[in-house]
Amino acid sequence: MSTTLDNAPAGEALPTGDPVNISRRGFMLGAAGASAGALVLGFGLPVDAARAQAAAGKIVPGTRVPAFLEIRPDGKVRLQSPFMEGGQGVMTAMAQIVGEELDADPASFIVDHAPTGPDYQVVFGTMRITGGSMSVRTSYTTMRRLGACARQMLLQAAAKRMNVPVASLTTQPGHVIHAASGKSLAYGDLAKEALDLPVPAVDSVPLKDPAQFRWIGKPVARLDMHDKSTGRAQYSIDQHVDGMLHAAVLHAPRLGLTVGAVRNLDQIKAMKGVHSVEPLGGAVAVVAQRWWHARRAIDSLQVDWKEPASTDGLRYMPADFSSEAHSQLLATVQGRIEDAETAGDVDGALKSAHTLVSATYHSQFLNHAQMEPPSALAHFLPDGRLELWFPNQSPDMFLALIAKQTGLPPEKITLHSPLLGGFFGRHFTYPNASPYPQAIELAKRTGAPVKVIWHREEEFLRDPVRPMAAVRFRGGLDASGMPIALEAVSATEGPTEGIANKRGDKRDDSALEGLTGKRYAIGNKRIAQLYQKAPPAVAYWRSVGNSMNDFFYEVFLDELAAKGGKDPYELRLHLLRDNARLTTLIKAAADLSGGWKAGPYTAPDGSRRARGIAMASPFGTETAAIAEVSIKDKQVVVHEVWQAIDPGSIVNPAIIDAQVNSAAALGLSQVLLEEAAYKDGMPVARNFDGYPIMTLDRMPAVHVRIVESGAKMGGIGEPGLPAVPPAVANAVARLTGQPVRSMPLSRMTFAA
Amino acid sequence: MQLEINGESRTVEADGDTPLLWVLRDDLGMTGTKFGCGIAQCGGCSVLIDGVVTRSCVTPVDSVAGKAVTTIEAIEKDPVGQRVVEAWVRHQVPQCGYCQSGQVMAATSLLKQNQTPSDEDIVASMINLCRCGTYNAIKRAVRDLAGHRENEPAGGHEA
Repeated sequence: MSTTLDNAPAGEALPTGDPVNISRRGFMLGAAGASAGALVLGFGLPVDAARAQAAAGKIVPGTRVPAFLEIRPDGKVRLQSPFMEGGQGVMTAMAQIVGEELDADPASFIVDHAPTGPDYQVVFGTMRITGGSMSVRTSYTTMRRLGACARQMLLQAAAKRMNVPVASLTTQPGHVIHAASGKSLAYGDLAKEALDLPVPAVDSVPLKDPAQFRWIGKPVARLDMHDKSTGRAQYSIDQHVDGMLHAAVLHAPRLGLTVGAVRNLDQIKAMKGVHSVEPLGGAVAVVAQRWWHARRAIDSLQVDWKEPASTDGLRYMPADFSSEAHSQLLATVQGRIEDAETAGDVDGALKSAHTLVSATYHSQFLNHAQMEPPSALAHFLPDGRLELWFPNQSPDMFLALIAKQTGLPPEKITLHSPLLGGFFGRHFTYPNASPYPQAIELAKRTGAPVKVIWHREEEFLRDPVRPMAAVRFRGGLDASGMPIALEAVSATEGPTEGIANKRGDKRDDSALEGLTGKRYAIGNKRIAQLYQKAPPAVAYWRSVGNSMNDFFYEVFLDELAAKGGKDPYELRLHLLRDNARLTTLIKAAADLSGGWKAGPYTAPDGSRRARGIAMASPFGTETAAIAEVSIKDKQVVVHEVWQAIDPGSIVNPAIIDAQVNSAAALGLSQVLLEEAAYKDGMPVARNFDGYPIMTLDRMPAVHVRIVESGAKMGGIGEPGLPAVPPAVANAVARLTGQPVRSMPLSRMTFAA
Repeated sequence: MQLEINGESRTVEADGDTPLLWVLRDDLGMTGTKFGCGIAQCGGCSVLIDGVVTRSCVTPVDSVAGKAVTTIEAIEKDPVGQRVVEAWVRHQVPQCGYCQSGQVMAATSLLKQNQTPSDEDIVASMINLCRCGTYNAIKRAVRDLAGHRENEPAGGHEA
């Protein structure tokens, strides 16, 4: 097994060209250097200056207080956050964590997204990404220390001002207190002197005893609610620079094609408001005074697209690609099978098993479908500097790519990272998936600032999708019906190797996570991959491999339970009998639901209902979910979801509740409705009219119970997703007697 | 062309068939109203036209001449809108926030027409998409505004 999150070497710079696999187990930052693991984010880039600097010891990320904090005369605390807010509440969590040790009310914080630079590489002290449900858990101690150091500096400044020993001073929120004299000084009054002081050594300042926490662990109100309820929140798409032009883009219908000719160039140029028509790599842009003029011209464009001379090294989409055919291919394709996780003797155990169960499962491609369409604004300043705004989850990795594209040194590039209008994994450095290179090129060509917006149809064409898999299972039961062997071979291309468009030196852990890492005591097992490349551009999608792999495993486990005559809840309890943490957790889920009952039973409204249960271990957190379903008009209705989540320890229970609701909604959307289908090399759906997602009328109640086991802190943004699709599928199979081996369920019809 | 937006008379130079959304965003610099899909599917662009929720991405600007346009920028000046915003904050509804301008407009329109919407009314009216899945929070906020008692227990917490 590769280096895991739990023992990733802190303080080690990323090796050259070895970016990060954001998935749960994918931290392969080991001493193996460039050979370590499959490479993705910013693949092939040189180590950027920031990280090199950090590694050289010039700047230790997360320690220079003035780079993070400004305390204003009115006591407001401005925090430069290393993490991007996109709805997951990280802005508020950072204010709680820093505020706790600084002794400043989180409500007094103004949180912005920090600029690029070495100070903000606080994820393991080596990098900066917002993803992998890593923000809080990887920076928790760093950010607490930062707050504690700032408080110490305020104490020192107050001691000097009052001419008393530091030890005689204490703090109350926002104030330094001299108990002996009863005098106090407001932080806002001391800040200027304090922040000019040398920052104390990070470990010289003690951290609070968690028993004394005032804000960490409490349901502190989020800081951005009013702005986001009144249209004041500003996203990339809302940015404006005086004199800017607007651009809309028409992409080649398939990846790999380039512009041959624009047949009606003169006609387009003559359209109202059109500034210019600009052929780009795999797209044609129309630049106009108003975006609507550009958008209207796009609809009239007649472009001849050119096939590439060679598809070597390209992520090329053939004209005959169909996702349906690909799904069938994955089910039957033969090839090299690489083991990821093995125990015992699976072949022997299957041979001697009393009962053998086999089945093939399928998942679908999925769009991110974040509500904010991608945009980018590029502005070359008269002095040659470049200023940019676009949605991103990893600013320094983008900065390195921009430097490469423009030839500018990084210090001449200012990358602004506005609020994200949803992300779900959408905004990493995926090739061909962001409009920023187009905005830069158009700004260069026109000599004016240019904002590019991809309208939804273009976004659905270039959104890199969640990978598809077909998993071939074999399971063996003993004479008493207990599972003794489980084999899963997944034919798939992992997101990390898919983004890199080639295999790494090691297997891509993000391909199988959720089939691997299961906690059940089944003595003989084999989890393996059959690598099969797929033409669509792929990406990380909320909860990455776990988004589908826990579905496969947990639904097949229910098939084994049914075959062996076992209750799915009792079977899981049995298989977890030596795991106290998960026994507690699954019991908590059952208790939350009013006690386990599988059904079918008749609900008070007369509908026949059943329940399903599933578990997952994603991103350092443990989850157990129960779903209740019925069938109406031959389709699945989900009435309730109960989910128990154990992230070890927590920062904000209200945000956790919101994130479990959010992840459950996306999991339900996946299992019930979503499918990014391709026909003839093109996505079938180009907008929400063809790509149904979860709506309010379908949304069940989601009940959340947080269990704090005290284990190492896990993630929050993604873990609430993976257990939900299998819980629903298991409930449906229980209710209807029909096996459910693929998503979405809207493809199937069910007899009530 | 003269438009009445948030109680003010505004002059814009735009073709009559330009969607109101782009006049608001690009001509008037009012970016609180969001572009999501452009085909009246997601509701991110919702505004009020004479108090009724309308999807501005498919509304030709010349069709609103002489009508009162209310956008999210002025929602707190409307007594119903103000109550909606307060409920949105109280129930901590937004996550990424991108769709929430439209959600607030939709809720305001509903409550202007029906002060005590039933659960069925809420489901029938609150049809804007939210990829963050804030639907349960939206339901709670609108039910609160409609005067419904919450009988759903809050999530527990075991240390």
